[in-house]
Amino acid sequence: MKTVIIKYNAGNVQSVMYALDRIGAGYLYTDDEAEIRSADKVIFPGVGEASTTMNYLRKVGLDKVIPTLKQPVFGTCVGMQLMCRFSEENSTECMGIFDVDVKRFPSDTNLKVPHMGWNNISNYKSALTYGVPDNAFVYFVHSFAPPVCDYTVAICEYVMPFSAMLQKGNFYAAQFHCEISGDVGQKIIENFLKI
Amino acid sequence: MLTKRIIPCLDVKDGRTVKGVNFVNLRDAGDAVELGALYAAQGADELVYLDITATIDGRSTFIDLVRRVAQTVNIPFTVGGGISSIADVSALLLAGADKVSINSAAVRNPDLINELALEFGSQCIVVAIDTRYIATENSQEHVVHTHGGWKPTEIRTIPWAKEVEERGAGEILLTSMDTDGTKSGFALELTATISGNASIPVIASGGAGTMEHFYNVFTTGKADAGLAASIFHFREIDIPDLKAFLNYKDLPIRMTR
Repeated sequence: MKTVIIKYNAGNVQSVMYALDRIGAGYLYTDDEAEIRSADKVIFPGVGEASTTMNYLRKVGLDKVIPTLKQPVFGTCVGMQLMCRFSEENSTECMGIFDVDVKRFPSDTNLKVPHMGWNNISNYKSALTYGVPDNAFVYFVHSFAPPVCDYTVAICEYVMPFSAMLQKGNFYAAQFHCEISGDVGQKIIENFLKI
Repeated sequence: MLTKRIIPCLDVKDGRTVKGVNFVNLRDAGDAVELGALYAAQGADELVYLDITATIDGRSTFIDLVRRVAQTVNIPFTVGGGISSIADVSALLLAGADKVSINSAAVRNPDLINELALEFGSQCIVVAIDTRYIATENSQEHVVHTHGGWKPTEIRTIPWAKEVEERGAGEILLTSMDTDGTKSGFALELTATISGNASIPVIASGGAGTMEHFYNVFTTGKADAGLAASIFHFREIDIPDLKAFLNYKDLPIRMTR
């Protein structure tokens, strides 16, 4: 099986690679369209800011490649947000795979923003959460999130309920960081690789 | 519900964990990678690795250890000790660290916080503040200290905590040098003041001796995370027991077993 991690200005993705190493899954880290299209599985990671990363994807043409991929694609964190329609982070037009807009957490509550730490997810409706216990804890670091929508396949609550995971056809996404979410995160990555 | 985090801190010298009372009389508590993996398996929510000799003797940071930790553990970890430039941070993040903690360098050059937040994102920039209460005839102040908590600065702790947030820090690691190593409990009042003022998470450090101390720092102290070292390393408190206790006391805790 050929797994590709999409290479772009997505900040530090080293921990994603180490997570695949721990599972024993090989991968290619590349921005080459032919390599990406020929992969069995595509991982689209992300750490960073929406407009800068989206501008880069446009510059290198990946914004046209990713939405047309046919194999299972798994976007995480900012990768998931870029797969949505629009992000309030610097008013960024994104790729529109998921027809939902990414909102900033309101800062007028007692709760701190960013949402940082371990929170539980629920209402699973995805193959990625097979075998994951109800209300499992995963690790989040973010100030923006898509609300609950038609594509929501796991919910988390912070200030308000939001989409912890999205799914539409061959596109899968998680707002949290599977790669550092302990055994639960590892299980989700393994499930993705088994699809 | 977002949970309160329990964070073992591994003070590291030459790849091994060391921790002594008030940072002197160092005792060996084992291999740093192995110990971190053990804590992760026990349910630690994050790890902090501090290169404790880095600032004092100017030694460069500990990339190889960071790489081995990142390859081994599947929970987030922060690294600190002697970090003073974008290049230092870049190397540590590339080795697999999730966050970096800066301390003396931020005091020397506060603009560094802005530069790092811009370059890498606030989410991975932790500003560590070592503080000590100084009472003289004319004043009583919480004062920021550097160089492992030994060297007083002109900076007052409470406004400094606000400033580092405004400059882009994603998290504050607050260590009370008054309580550190004493096992008499965290500095609750100061922690509550700083965490109450902050819109970013505050990790409380220094003084943990009992499980109640953690309960107090999460309630009275308003901390988002509690950090300790020797009580974990020497098995005075086991992490599963601590988390079960806090869960029993109705705090939001990530239970893993």
